[in-house]
Amino acid sequence: MNIVVVGLSHKTAPVEVREKVAFAPTHMEEPLNTLVSLEDITEGVIVSTCNRVEIYATTQDIAAGTARIKRFFADYHKVDIEKLDQHFYSYHGEEAIKHVFRVASSLDSMVVGEPQILGQIKTAYGYAAEYKSSGIILNRFLHKAFSVAKRVRTETKIASSAVSVAFAAVELARKIFNDLSDKTVMLIGAGEMCELAAKHFLNNGVRGIFVTNRTFERAESLAEEFDGKAVRFEDLFDQLHKADIVLSSTGAPYTIIGPSDLNEVMKRRKHKPMFFIDIAIPRDIDPAVNGVENVYLYTVDDLNGVVESNIEQRKKEAEKAEEIVNQEIGQFFKWLSSLEVTPTIVALRKKFDEIRKAEIEKTLSGWKDIPPDAGKKLEAATMAMMNKLLHHPISTLKQSGQGGRTALYVDALRGLFELNVDIPDDEEMHELEED
Amino acid sequence: MNVFLFYVTLAIYFGATAAYLIYLFKPSKNLGKFAHWLIVFGFIVHIIFTFDRFIEAGHTPITNLHESLSFFSLAVVGLFIIFESRFKMQVLGSFVVPVATVLLLVSSLFPTSIGPLNPALKSGWLAVHTIVAFLGYASFAVAFGASIIYLIQERFLKKKVLNGLFQKLPSLNVLDEINYKCLTFGFPLLTVAIISGAIWAESAWGSYWTWDPKETWSLITWLLYAVILHGRLTTGWRGRKAAILSIIGFAVVLFTFLGVNLFMSGLHSYK
Repeated sequence: MNIVVVGLSHKTAPVEVREKVAFAPTHMEEPLNTLVSLEDITEGVIVSTCNRVEIYATTQDIAAGTARIKRFFADYHKVDIEKLDQHFYSYHGEEAIKHVFRVASSLDSMVVGEPQILGQIKTAYGYAAEYKSSGIILNRFLHKAFSVAKRVRTETKIASSAVSVAFAAVELARKIFNDLSDKTVMLIGAGEMCELAAKHFLNNGVRGIFVTNRTFERAESLAEEFDGKAVRFEDLFDQLHKADIVLSSTGAPYTIIGPSDLNEVMKRRKHKPMFFIDIAIPRDIDPAVNGVENVYLYTVDDLNGVVESNIEQRKKEAEKAEEIVNQEIGQFFKWLSSLEVTPTIVALRKKFDEIRKAEIEKTLSGWKDIPPDAGKKLEAATMAMMNKLLHHPISTLKQSGQGGRTALYVDALRGLFELNVDIPDDEEMHELEED
Repeated sequence: MNVFLFYVTLAIYFGATAAYLIYLFKPSKNLGKFAHWLIVFGFIVHIIFTFDRFIEAGHTPITNLHESLSFFSLAVVGLFIIFESRFKMQVLGSFVVPVATVLLLVSSLFPTSIGPLNPALKSGWLAVHTIVAFLGYASFAVAFGASIIYLIQERFLKKKVLNGLFQKLPSLNVLDEINYKCLTFGFPLLTVAIISGAIWAESAWGSYWTWDPKETWSLITWLLYAVILHGRLTTGWRGRKAAILSIIGFAVVLFTFLGVNLFMSGLHSYK
């Protein structure tokens, strides 16, 4: 049995193509059922995120299986297969295992180390398990992928530093305030980046948020969105002392907060530290504010600097992660091979033993004047003969390991001896492994 | 035996200092654990040493510079261990454990022998006065360590140097809180030490206060910390200012303790 991966991602396909073949998470039953009902396909999992759509499947015939999945993509979404073909990548064997381990570990993500992908694959697997489109191989495969991802996460610092401006701002705030749960944010003006940062602060548990804007209505509607309090722009300096973190992005052509404005503010808040983040261009906050005691001013450029150096660091950590992935591939591949080997051995032994037993019976039934210990002796002699005959082929098969020969031997044995090999279920597999 | 325990403690403290300093630049879980258990082990040996000396001498072993410095060091380590587990902050050790080690090293420079007790010190007040005073000094030492880290970290934040050491050091607020907690712990102890000293002075020398250099400098120290705490509670001297004041405060403490004993003559000059 072979694992194949077919799909397309942000690396091979533009978003216009990706969205055409995406699967809606609310309607997974039908495509999963269709997928596993295809000829050549036995198990299947569909992973569909905004950056990638890929199918993990098991098949007896790699080439046929891969082609079937490509056609399935096209047929299911009613897209011309020629248009998709150039965007597809497909893997099998060790390459397929490596790909999925890398994807789950967020090594193939647009932002390397981003944490969402693992959750998305878990959800995708959840659907496959629910609709029974995944079986013994993919179950084991994906659980292994999750544990590899976990190992990568705990043993490298791949996800430990902020790689977005908003996250970098939250991290810096923690370095000043430690606990954010009793801190208040003041949002001056509006703007995508500013609102995103405010959202991140809220997600990280700040106590409350003030919103001010030259247009009070705008402030009110934003305040409602963030469950905060709107402040009139004229009252900014009356309220500023209540804020620990200030996010500013107005369109003002001049600075609105200068160091002298802060004298009174700092006095009123008993010189507790303040963290200003100036997102506006041109600047809203006079750079000299950074010189005020217990006040820290960061601009978007400063935060971008943090993000860039973090990305550099992630690249280094990604190398360590690749190593972990490589270690784990071998182990899983060995299991996958043994999946073929062990039942074949069992079937081979069974076949030989059946023939042996039948022949003994035949011999004994037509034998007159049978010596009392003939049965026992025959049994022992044939048993020894069978074991000796089988010893070398079986140990060769077991040791063929990860090399390409395993499949060859298994196929040969099955063909030559007409073996019927079923894939054992989880429980049987467990017993076989323990032997 | 006693001297042997002393040097064992000193050696362990040196080991712990090295471990905590390496931890600062190359932190790892195992090294952190190792450093922690090393300092705890050193602390236990140090306590055994102090107790052994108490039994051998028959009185509280804080009667000369060797003993005082050793007890000072013991108190610093004890407080540090409490703060380390309370705030889960190992890097504090990189700044406080070296202080304790240096104190013990200086202690080793003075005669270690147990001499006859100065008759003026034969009193139940000896234990109260000295133990309380050194516990107070020790909390000022921890405040000093936290303040040094605060200044480093605040410099990084202002200058926007956000790599390496910055990531490993704790947040400003936690450091400020440790500084403040230490002062609120140390200040009452210093107060008790001065009052108990005055009462003892009355019974031993016949006067509560004689403007002996030690008394004068203790009063200066006390006033300084009183001003620092007052400034914090009323006008918000926190953060950088509080850290600088705490460092100055500890320098004055060291002078009150060592400078006065070594360079000024007076009733407290026990060498």
